[in-house]
Amino acid sequence: MIPAGSLLVAEDLHKTYGRTTALDGAGFSIHPGEVVAVMGSSGSGKSTLLHCLAGIVPPDSGTLRYDGQDLVAMTDARRSALRRTEFGFVFQFGQLVPELTCTENVALPLRLAGVRRRAAELTALQWLERLEVEDIGHQRPSEVSGGQGQRVAVARALVTSPRVVFADEPTGALDTYSGERVMQLLTDAARTTNAAVVLVTHEPRVAAYSDREIVVRDGRTRDVDHTV
Amino acid sequence: MSIGHTLLALLESGPRHGYDLKRAFDEKFGHDRPLHYGQVYSTMSRLLKNGLVAVDGVEAGGGPERKRYAITEAGVTDVSQWLAQPEKPEPYLQSTLYTKVVLALLTGRSAAELLDLQRTEHLRLMRILTDRKRQGDLADQLICDHALFHLEADLRWLELTSARLSRLASEIGAPGRPGPGDQKKAGA
Repeated sequence: MIPAGSLLVAEDLHKTYGRTTALDGAGFSIHPGEVVAVMGSSGSGKSTLLHCLAGIVPPDSGTLRYDGQDLVAMTDARRSALRRTEFGFVFQFGQLVPELTCTENVALPLRLAGVRRRAAELTALQWLERLEVEDIGHQRPSEVSGGQGQRVAVARALVTSPRVVFADEPTGALDTYSGERVMQLLTDAARTTNAAVVLVTHEPRVAAYSDREIVVRDGRTRDVDHTV
Repeated sequence: MSIGHTLLALLESGPRHGYDLKRAFDEKFGHDRPLHYGQVYSTMSRLLKNGLVAVDGVEAGGGPERKRYAITEAGVTDVSQWLAQPEKPEPYLQSTLYTKVVLALLTGRSAAELLDLQRTEHLRLMRILTDRKRQGDLADQLICDHALFHLEADLRWLELTSARLSRLASEIGAPGRPGPGDQKKAGA
């Protein structure tokens, strides 16, 4: 049963790559302001689930609704617009543009949405401050540490005030302390802005920042907290 | 670890004498600390008194050590309830959890569900500690972190064990497969 008030809902998702089944009847739902951890071993299908939920990869079958709209039937252009304006993304590696400064990186989604440079960079600076990395705004990604770079990536994911943030192993490349800070800042910021966070992780301590946990096993999901 | 529940679960495969039970226990779980005969007989007397086992026969020669015990329906239900109850998350639970997993496999119950349930219980406590850490001062953070790292170690062990259930089942000679479909009903 789909919980009332869900922002993003998936039911009975199937996805195969060649002869490999990645999703085999997976389901998912999330409320505004909720942080849901998606856990599972390597190859369980958790990243495919995230890519389907974010409209990056279409499922072979199943239903996918975001804010009442059918995400599968939507045109590519509309889906791309949605990803730019309503979704934010944080990945494990290589998400910042190396030629741009950190401030310019954070301002980029706003610039792509048509916001003027000055206004975009001002908002970007506010987010860098919130993520406690305002002092590296003028530096390029190669000149900052992994933990700082990941905070910049979080700032960039949140700068458009997305309604859903998709985070795929956001602390995977960080040491324990930096990882903890990133998770704290990410979940604090998301909760303040009422954004939903889909958090893919295999680390229990990272999952402990969530409100709820979904386990993916052999392409099937299990809502652990709701079954007890 | 609950010796009573462990001996009870070992009786599910069929009636045994006290010395048989001790041998089975030592072989599977008593690597470091084998049971004393006294412990076996005092435990069996208690289980007998509570109606969880019955005397299935007494060999000629008498003496308490000659009694053969069989598990009762109430005993099977008691084992089911014990296995279905997650352990209170705390460091160094492995021996209890390991015992439960092995017994679930040996008695045809779902070891996978047992591990899932325990994992949920662990994560629930980890969320509480993480929340306390967010709101606390540095001392709170350090204390919570210590507990969180230990709980995380348990969780990693739970995950690793989940992935190795089939192998463990075949190594201990458990009947059937370890999946949820093999769960045995309480009292069955």
